[in-house]
Amino acid sequence: MSFFIRVCKSSSMLMLLLLVLSPLATVVAQTPEEKGLAIAQELERRDDGFGDARADMKMILTNRQGEESVRDIRLRMLEVPGDGDKSMSIFDRPADVKGTAMLTWSHKVESDDQWLYLPALKRVKRIASRNRSGSFMGSEFAFEDLGSQETEKYSYKFIKDEMLNNLDCVVLERDPVDRYSGYKRQLVWIDKAEYRLQKIEFYDRKDSLLKTLTYSGYHQFLNKYWRAEEMNMINHLTGKSTKLLWSSYHFGNGFNEADFTHNSLKRAR
Amino acid sequence: MRFYGVLLALFLIAGSVTIEAGEWSGYVGLEARYFVDDPLYAGQEQHSQSLSFSPEFYQQWQDGRFSLTFSPYVRQDSSDDERSHADVRELLWLMVGDDWELRAGLGRMFWGVTESQHLVDIVNQSDLVEDIDGEQKLGQPLINLSLIRDWGTLDLLLLPGFRERTFPGKEGRLRLPLLVDTDQAMYESNAGDQHVDVALRWFQSFAEWDVGLSGFSGTARAPLFTNGFNTSGQPVLIPYYEQMTQWGLDIQLTREGWLWKLEAIQHDSQSANYQAATEGVEYTFYAIMGSEIDMGVIVEYLYDSRNGKATTPFENDLMTGFRFAWNNVQSTELLAGVISDMDTSAKALSFEASTRVGSSWKLSGRLRGFSGLGADDLYYPLRHDDYLQVELARYF
Repeated sequence: MSFFIRVCKSSSMLMLLLLVLSPLATVVAQTPEEKGLAIAQELERRDDGFGDARADMKMILTNRQGEESVRDIRLRMLEVPGDGDKSMSIFDRPADVKGTAMLTWSHKVESDDQWLYLPALKRVKRIASRNRSGSFMGSEFAFEDLGSQETEKYSYKFIKDEMLNNLDCVVLERDPVDRYSGYKRQLVWIDKAEYRLQKIEFYDRKDSLLKTLTYSGYHQFLNKYWRAEEMNMINHLTGKSTKLLWSSYHFGNGFNEADFTHNSLKRAR
Repeated sequence: MRFYGVLLALFLIAGSVTIEAGEWSGYVGLEARYFVDDPLYAGQEQHSQSLSFSPEFYQQWQDGRFSLTFSPYVRQDSSDDERSHADVRELLWLMVGDDWELRAGLGRMFWGVTESQHLVDIVNQSDLVEDIDGEQKLGQPLINLSLIRDWGTLDLLLLPGFRERTFPGKEGRLRLPLLVDTDQAMYESNAGDQHVDVALRWFQSFAEWDVGLSGFSGTARAPLFTNGFNTSGQPVLIPYYEQMTQWGLDIQLTREGWLWKLEAIQHDSQSANYQAATEGVEYTFYAIMGSEIDMGVIVEYLYDSRNGKATTPFENDLMTGFRFAWNNVQSTELLAGVISDMDTSAKALSFEASTRVGSSWKLSGRLRGFSGLGADDLYYPLRHDDYLQVELARYF
């Protein structure tokens, strides 16, 4: 240690040391933006190759008075290399929307393509997906909170390292690229060990804290992919909250593009 | 009947495959209608109550590669014997292959994109006693092969057997001065209601564009009327169903908050060769005035080349509408629209709202009315039939 301090006293020696430790040198030269992006890319990279998945989602909406209402939705997802994922959401509850299904082809930068199937009229409607900031089924989740989280959808900045729930985390700021997003920025807590989202704070267009989302009950699938069992969104403005409970995760279902078309939407059950 | 024998055989094959539990869903609805004006025709009433039951049974096998859907429908109406009716909306067997789907049985399908009228949507007959907007449909016997390929989806349909349009009875409101005697229905085809119709549709999405092209050849869904007498010697209208061909085009462009829509048809039959179209836009303002409410503005132009001789009331009309979605827990929605005749002062107004109550009830209201109807207007016989309807439905 004393040797290290001694050599570092000489500025020329310091330059030499930086050259020798060149990988470290690039880290030192990284701007907060580059570091933030690198972490986001690593998070995405770790989820690459999941192929397809399906899961059941129970959505519990709680209002300020503590009254609950429940939605049951089944989801099927297909990873599309080089583009956003494709997904199908099938609604089971409340009973009056049973049989309704939504098909989304998400894209990295352009607006997503979205179709809604209305079983009463047997009608498939292409819907405008601009409404990213709107509430999903009256919940505290906006469409953009639930959509495919491509790296390209935000710009990033590393903020700090911080312990959260005994996990060593990095805190990033990410700013939505989409001008129709309901947020000015989000603060994201990611654990360093496994690159899992632990918490997101959503700041509205006026930059005041609107919502906080916390993730818990992570399980690993196929020895690689982490999925949270519970996601809890609290709206600080309204006092309302929405809890998502995920179950029956299955990977490797053998889904392909044909399972995410207009036709498959019409017969989704 | 041979057709139903084939269906039965398919079900039996299905029964020998692995059985997964079937499930029931649906609703029971209690509806009340109140007509604002005194009735025009003897026997009609000021208000009516009605109970409808719409269950659906669904069973699938092999993770959805095979499935059966059965959804009967029954309505009991306090005043109109014709509105009290039953139908099988669906009794449909579905087989799913890698790039094809085969459906057989009684089914419903919807084609098209516009809101004010549905020109391209030709497969199913309208259950007119349910609602004069024609959006409620009767189950159609069909065999439908869908080919799902890179170049789009091609639906080939064989439609063995015809469903007659339903019309209100003597005590029913929203009817013509003379009753329609469906028992005497006549057909251009010698096969009568057993004529086998054919239809096809190609559909493809190109980025922001959704495009459909369709063709139909067979019995017209909308009848012409001839004058006649019923068994007790009363003058009645007798429906006459022509043979027709129809080519249809439907396009929707979806860009940001904009939807641009077009439906156009070419209709050819003995009585008329004509073109008709609906073209319009829908623009949605999201989160209006800082609320969670979205407001959609719809404008559609309705055209029919027959002009005043059209058998639909919309030949040079403009529809303006507003759609509100509260995006709340109860999914409260409202759609208000008016279709104005651009040649006369006639207007048809409609107002529909619905909201969920608790977790399994839905309350909906509907207001329909007409104004400025001239004596030569097709809706003139309905000039006293403005009404308010409230329905409470329990879903299960």
